[in-house]
Amino acid sequence: MTTLVANRPSADDAVEPRKRRPIKSSYPTWFYIPAGVFYLVLFAVPTFASLYFSLTRWTLFEAEFIGLDNFVQFFSEPMLLRGFTNTFIFGFLTSASKVVLGLLLGVFLTSQLAARGYLRSVVFFPVLVSTIGVGITFKMLMDPFDGVINEALALVGITGPGWLTDPSLALFSIALVDVWKGVGIATLIYIAGIAAIPQEYYEAARVDGANAWHRFWRITVPLVRPATTTVVLLSLIGGLRAFDLIWAMTRGGPGFTSDVIGSVIYKQYQAGFFGLSTAGNVVLFVVVTAIVVPISIWFNRREVER
Amino acid sequence: MRTRALQRNLVGAAAVLVSIVVFLIPFAFIFLTAAKSASEASLLDMSLPSQWLLWENFVQVMQTRDYMLVRAFVNSTVLTVVSVTLMVVMAAMVGYVLQRRSSRWNPLVNVLVLAGLIVPPAVVPTIWVLQTIGLFKTMPGMIFIEATFGLSFCILLFRAFVSTIPRELDEAAIIDGAGPVRLFFQVVLPLLRPVVITVIVVQAVNVFNDFTGPLYFLPGSDNPTVQLTLYNFQSQTMSQWNLLFMNIFLITIPPLVMYIFFNRQIVSGMTSGAVKG
Repeated sequence: MTTLVANRPSADDAVEPRKRRPIKSSYPTWFYIPAGVFYLVLFAVPTFASLYFSLTRWTLFEAEFIGLDNFVQFFSEPMLLRGFTNTFIFGFLTSASKVVLGLLLGVFLTSQLAARGYLRSVVFFPVLVSTIGVGITFKMLMDPFDGVINEALALVGITGPGWLTDPSLALFSIALVDVWKGVGIATLIYIAGIAAIPQEYYEAARVDGANAWHRFWRITVPLVRPATTTVVLLSLIGGLRAFDLIWAMTRGGPGFTSDVIGSVIYKQYQAGFFGLSTAGNVVLFVVVTAIVVPISIWFNRREVER
Repeated sequence: MRTRALQRNLVGAAAVLVSIVVFLIPFAFIFLTAAKSASEASLLDMSLPSQWLLWENFVQVMQTRDYMLVRAFVNSTVLTVVSVTLMVVMAAMVGYVLQRRSSRWNPLVNVLVLAGLIVPPAVVPTIWVLQTIGLFKTMPGMIFIEATFGLSFCILLFRAFVSTIPRELDEAAIIDGAGPVRLFFQVVLPLLRPVVITVIVVQAVNVFNDFTGPLYFLPGSDNPTVQLTLYNFQSQTMSQWNLLFMNIFLITIPPLVMYIFFNRQIVSGMTSGAVKG
């Protein structure tokens, strides 16, 4: 049946303009409605409602308008403010690491290499594993006394740090695990981007005497730009919104040194401060939008200019 | 020539060694701990278990708290299947009309789709909406939430793929007398099969692994999901690491199976969808 249908149009090309009108109505607007209703009720309404409820003291049943008090509290209490700054540290650190490591792994895994298929699978697999499972596993591996990592370090005579118990280190340890879990997807995107670069460019450069370093900086890096855009945006969106890995590993601790906005929202929700929790949500919304939208516009403009 | 081949194998071998240390040891740790007795597991080391207790631990973790994990697996399966089905049908309809028809609404729809991707969902207001319509702490509520949060990603994939299907097919079907519904469900949707499979696999893994959603919108022990069960298990049984890791091991199996069978679709979905985003 498909072949029959597929053969028809070539004969009708000449009369096409006349048929435009009936064809247009074959794509009915009501196809938007099912998705639109879900989106409106469960996403758009809560998002707009959050703008109002963030200005209230709220018990779900009644909301008392208190102006900007929630935001004032959010930015004056050190433990809430810490979550705010940590969000940036975590987001930028994980995003930058994924770009660098993903690009290097991408180049490495597109080169002529033994066991390439195995290496690609093994780098990618953690992406598919439950974040909570990964979090708990690494919490055990990073145990300061019995953990496998520190026991292995002890074998070579190094006293490993308290990865998750040292207040100045906890956030970075979690970021490390986040990169471990997420670098596979960055690698994958870079592999797709590198595979799309015509091989002739490299050959021409080689003829002109460019060494591997030059070929990497002058050809690969500029030409994988779309992949870089994607990796940066995806990992920033994910990193700034991070919650489950942090919650599984430290619950924001020790103290509140590894809190991010995502975990502050949950803590305030648990404590029953729904207005404050929603204010955290609005702050997160502003942070993500204010960072991701300009970056995406900037990247897209550069792409058009080229 | 031969030295280059040798070099290639050496580099490959070195990379395999590094990958074992970095990526396989954590999984080996999960598996070994899941096979140990409680006292051995509490040492948290990489040794082989003196007795392989995989089956015993499996039975025990299943029976914990009145077969909680079994119910969790049933719930997570239902949640995944229904929400992904909803997502696919709704998103395909939107992506199709969005690509086929140019109207002045398109820019608005595109912005809304991107907003769905970027804007973090407002948690407590969503609970408030769910409570107002009587769906808070219910499976249908959770299903609708997962379907809604996944829409944007699916729409982008579908829109990109619909553009590769020639319009002439639509026109031919219309001339043959197909209405819009028949045109979509009998002509276009079957042609979308490759991307439908991609969307199903990627989103199934996402929904199955989602922790934050059930944590907020499906609390309580009436309708446990696997991720929530694992999390609660961790806070309750501080001494039985073997059972905890058996639990982790069990919920790692479904994504692993997905990966083995749908490797190509997962890879194409994650890269193509991402590149369009």
